[in-house]
Amino acid sequence: MSSEKKIRVVVAKPGLNSHDRGAKIVARAFRDAGMEVIYTGLRQTPEQIVETALQEDVDVIALSILSGAHLALFPKIMELLERKGLDDVLVFAGGIIPKEDVPNLKKMGIAEVFGPGTRTDTLVKFIRENVRKRK
Amino acid sequence: MTNIEQLIDGVLKGDRRFIAKTITLIENDLPESQKTVSLLYPHTGKAHIVGITGPPGSGKSTLIQKLVEELRRQGKTVGVVAVDPSSPFTGGAFLGDRVRMQELSTDEGVFIRSMATRGSLGALAKATKDAVKVLDASGKDVVVVETVGAGQSEVEIVKLAHTIVVVLAPGLGDDIQAIKAGIMEIGDVFVVNKADRENVNKAIMDIETMLSMNPEREKWKPPVVKTTAIMGEGIIELLDKIDLHRKYLEGGTIDTRRRQTVETELVEAIKEKVAGAIVDDLKKKGILDKLVQKILEKETDPYSVADMLLAKRLKRLKPS
Repeated sequence: MSSEKKIRVVVAKPGLNSHDRGAKIVARAFRDAGMEVIYTGLRQTPEQIVETALQEDVDVIALSILSGAHLALFPKIMELLERKGLDDVLVFAGGIIPKEDVPNLKKMGIAEVFGPGTRTDTLVKFIRENVRKRK
Repeated sequence: MTNIEQLIDGVLKGDRRFIAKTITLIENDLPESQKTVSLLYPHTGKAHIVGITGPPGSGKSTLIQKLVEELRRQGKTVGVVAVDPSSPFTGGAFLGDRVRMQELSTDEGVFIRSMATRGSLGALAKATKDAVKVLDASGKDVVVVETVGAGQSEVEIVKLAHTIVVVLAPGLGDDIQAIKAGIMEIGDVFVVNKADRENVNKAIMDIETMLSMNPEREKWKPPVVKTTAIMGEGIIELLDKIDLHRKYLEGGTIDTRRRQTVETELVEAIKEKVAGAIVDDLKKKGILDKLVQKILEKETDPYSVADMLLAKRLKRLKPS
């Protein structure tokens, strides 16, 4: 893969929650870091998120969730990604996610979980260091 | 990395993952991209390509969502290429057109791809054209290209379409003024969206007045359609007009349009290849720097240098 290939990221909000300020700030930070950000909007099903990632051929999926439904939705997303051959996509999450759930999420393939107060440059650095590692 | 034959095979079968990978390859202008386009080329030319353009906020994405839903009801498969600008400072982009189209994303008969404008005007027009070719070759009946209708690059992109739909909304009067020079002349169908707002009739009148002043080049007289996309109103009528335009083109004009498109593409390709080769050669030999220096010192000017280079090369090409 050529090194100048643009990093493409889907910023998605799975589930029933309409607070997207965090997701939008993160999306903006990625754009300002020179990435191409595809924003899905609110209330996305796992199927919609995975299809978007597939059609847009993204390198990264950033999931924002505040509703508490991460343990219900994330496994579905990871399973669909694998089934569609997208297991090389870097997936990480942010939002309100209890610490005790993090090991479980990591076991299913979520690369990292970021909580409130995370600096956007931490996220940008995380993407740059981990993207396309598994290709 | 998947090899090209596999990619092509996948695209021709309509495999979504391969379509996506092929568009990425083209977008990144990787060495294999030209060969890929060449191999796909014989399989293109079947889709009806519809360009949708208009100022920001006129409701293009919502309109496309409804148009695609209706096309699907009619049993047609659809590809969508949505173009949004890259930041000239960071090179990044926020591609938000999908937000209004996400209901379509899990429909097997629809493929949506967002593209950022990235580098130069010419490069963008080329990448978009080639992405449309991929979707065409994949067997989509209709391919929709969405761009903001301001500026020359957008006019360039949208010119690749067979039918160009210009979307406006009431209260954007000044925008009509701002874009009339480009878009108002190339529109085949005009839409006044958000027709539930005030001043719809004034907007329609503005457009009709403007159109009546356009020089008549074809027998086709662009219709103006009222829609309220968010309510799904006027969509069937709009599709009828788009279809009517397709039929009009098939009555003979389509050959002229295809000819024009191919000619433009060929001219662009020649420019890119020939100019690229000359510049690369000058760079390699270190001549380019020297010429730049001469121009800086006002010994000569860019046009004279280009003339001189051309004359030299033409002489070399001639026998004896």
